[in-house]
Formats: sequence, structure tokens, C-alpha cells
Amino acid sequence: MDQVTSTTIIKAAALLGAGICMGFGAIGPGVGEGYAAGRACEGIARAPKEAGLLTRTMLIGQAVSESTGIYSLVVALLLIFVVGG
Amino acid sequence: MEVFWAEAIKYLSAGICMGFGAIGAGIGEGYTAGQTALGISRQPEASGQLVKTMLIGQAITETSGIFALVIAVLMISTNVGTEGDAVLNMAAVMGAGIAVGVAGFGVAIGVGYCAGRTCGGVARRPTIGGQVTGTMLVGQAVTETPVIFALVVAFILLYSAFSGGLEKAFGLLSAGIAMGFGAFGSGIGGGLPAGAACSVVARREEVRGQVLAMMLIGQAVTQTSAIFALVIAFLLIFAHGDGASMVKIAAFLGAGLSMGMGAIGAGIGTGMPAASACTAIRINERTSSVVMRVMLIGQAVAQSPAIGSLIVALFLLFVV
Repeated sequence: MDQVTSTTIIKAAALLGAGICMGFGAIGPGVGEGYAAGRACEGIARAPKEAGLLTRTMLIGQAVSESTGIYSLVVALLLIFVVGG
Repeated sequence: MEVFWAEAIKYLSAGICMGFGAIGAGIGEGYTAGQTALGISRQPEASGQLVKTMLIGQAITETSGIFALVIAVLMISTNVGTEGDAVLNMAAVMGAGIAVGVAGFGVAIGVGYCAGRTCGGVARRPTIGGQVTGTMLVGQAVTETPVIFALVVAFILLYSAFSGGLEKAFGLLSAGIAMGFGAFGSGIGGGLPAGAACSVVARREEVRGQVLAMMLIGQAVTQTSAIFALVIAFLLIFAHGDGASMVKIAAFLGAGLSMGMGAIGAGIGTGMPAASACTAIRINERTSSVVMRVMLIGQAVAQSPAIGSLIVALFLLFVV
């Protein structure tokens, strides 16, 4: 094992934080976007003529749901690459 | 203890805060999007109005995620929590991250659920969409309060100068745990009646006044868990702990865990009768006074475990 210096501990904590951040942060958008996709499929079954509109709406809604996942990604990348030099 | 430990915990806490804070917003916004898609399939001509309503509802759901992002970025980019006693800073920073992260998780689920039910309701009756959206905004505002409490607690933890020993450090961490998990339950519990009320207004806008009253009273009871948690968090933040006795450390941690975890069940459990009471007004608004009485009795019983948690937490803080 390398010598455990202060920079290693900081780096290690930041990396652990990055993992927790992206790991848990991905749960919500995953579930939410899946639910949206499921309901969109149901909607298309009820109204096949509106498939284009429904797909577009689904993608807009999923994009908003994705935003917090992107925040988690950004924070995780900050923690991996910017912290600790 | 050297300062670099405080810096290390700061980054870990940032990750925890954003990680948990993102879950609720993702689920809540996705639920809203799904309900909107279903609504558009029922009423394609209302798609413009529905997408607008969806975006408004999702925007408010997003606020919890933004709070978590702000706290996380504060922790990464500024030197908050690195000046002063390292051990106290570590505990305070970790407590702040847990408070906002877990609170944002619960509140976003509640707020998102309300937004989803609103979009479903507007799809049924696009002509009264304005009234339904108005009800949504009122309901969401009340549901937001626990994460605001958590934000206040987090800022106090991050920016106050504390003094004390290891006991104080665990007290600060425990304050964050109490507030975060206490807000989680009330967040979900406040969203349940809000969603039900919006759905009711969409079907029967003539009972809007009654259902709003029922929703607000029901929501008020759901928020008591978050208020208990806030009280315990403040008591922990301002408690004295100059030594390092294991008994006192365990007592502080136990107080935070007791109030935090205990509030989850009561928060969600008081929300369910409130939601059902709102639905009952749609079914038969003439029974509203009887329903309100039973709702309050039921909510009081559902709240009692959290009162037990509060009492145990107070014992742990003051008697041990």
C-alpha cells in the first residue's frame, strides 16, 4: 500500500463521495424515467394516433427528470477530477 | 486532528448530499411526466396546457434537487468547514449534507406526486386547469416546508462557530440525521393529501373550498413530525458537550436516530388519512365534518409513535 498521506485521505474521501453521489443519484431518474416511459406506452395503446405527440412529451418529461441525475454526475466528476489536484 | 480530515469529510458529505437529494426529484418528476403522457393520450388537444402544467409541477419538484446541489457545491468549492476545530467541522459538515440530502429526497417525492396527480386531473378537465394548478401550488408549498427547515439547519451547521469536544461533534452529526430523516417522512406525507386534493378539484371544482380546507388541516398534522425533528435538531445543535464520554456520545446519537427514524413512519402515516379525507369530499361532501373528525383521530394515533420518539430523544438529551 502507498504511504497514507493527507492528500491520499482527502482524495480517497472525495472518490468515495463521488461513488455515493452518482450511485444513489442515479436511482431516482432511473425509476422516474421508467415510470414515464411505461405510462407513455399505455397512452399510446389508448390513442395510437397520438404516438408522435406522446413520445415527444415523454422525452421532455424524461429530460427534466434527468436533470438531477446530471447534477449528481457533475458533482461526482468534480469530486473525482478537481479535488485533490 | 489535522485539518485534512475535515476536508476529506467535506467531499464525502457533498457526495452524500447530492446523491440522496437527486433521488426524490428524479422519481417525482418522472411520475409527473408519466401522468402527463397518460393525460395527453386521453385529451390530445390539451397537450399544450398539460405540458405547461407538467413543467410547472416539475420545476417545484426540482427545487429540492437544487438545494442539494447548492449545498454540495458549497462544500466542494468553498472552504466551509475547514476553519476551526477539525472534529467539530467534520461532524457539522456531515450533518448538513445528510440533512439536506435526505430531506430533499422525501420532499421531492411528495411534491412530485402532487404534480403528477395534478396533470392527471387537468387532463380530465382542461377547462378548469387553472383552478387545479392553483390548488397544486398551495399543496406543494406546504409540502416544501420540511426541506426549508433542513436547509436552515444545514446553514446553521455549516456557518456557526462551535466549541466543545467529541460529544458536541456527535451532537452536531445527530442534529443533521434527526432533521434529514424527520423531514423525509413529512415530505412524503404532505404530498399525499396535496395530490389527492388536486385530483378532487379536477373532478368536482365546486367543492374546492372544502377540499382545500381539509387538505391544509391534514397537511398541518403531517408536518408535526418535521417540527419535532427541527426542535430536536436545535436542541442537539445548542447542547453542551465538552468531554468525550461514550455515554453522552451514545445518548446524542440515539436522540438523533430516535427522532429521525421515528418521524418517518408518522410522517407518511398521517399523510394517508389526510389524502383519503380529501377523496371523501369528492365522494360525499356532506360528510366532511365527520370525516375530518375521524381523520384527526386517526392522524393523532398515527402520530403517537413519533411522540414516543420525541420523548425518548428528550430523555436521552436531558436525563442521561
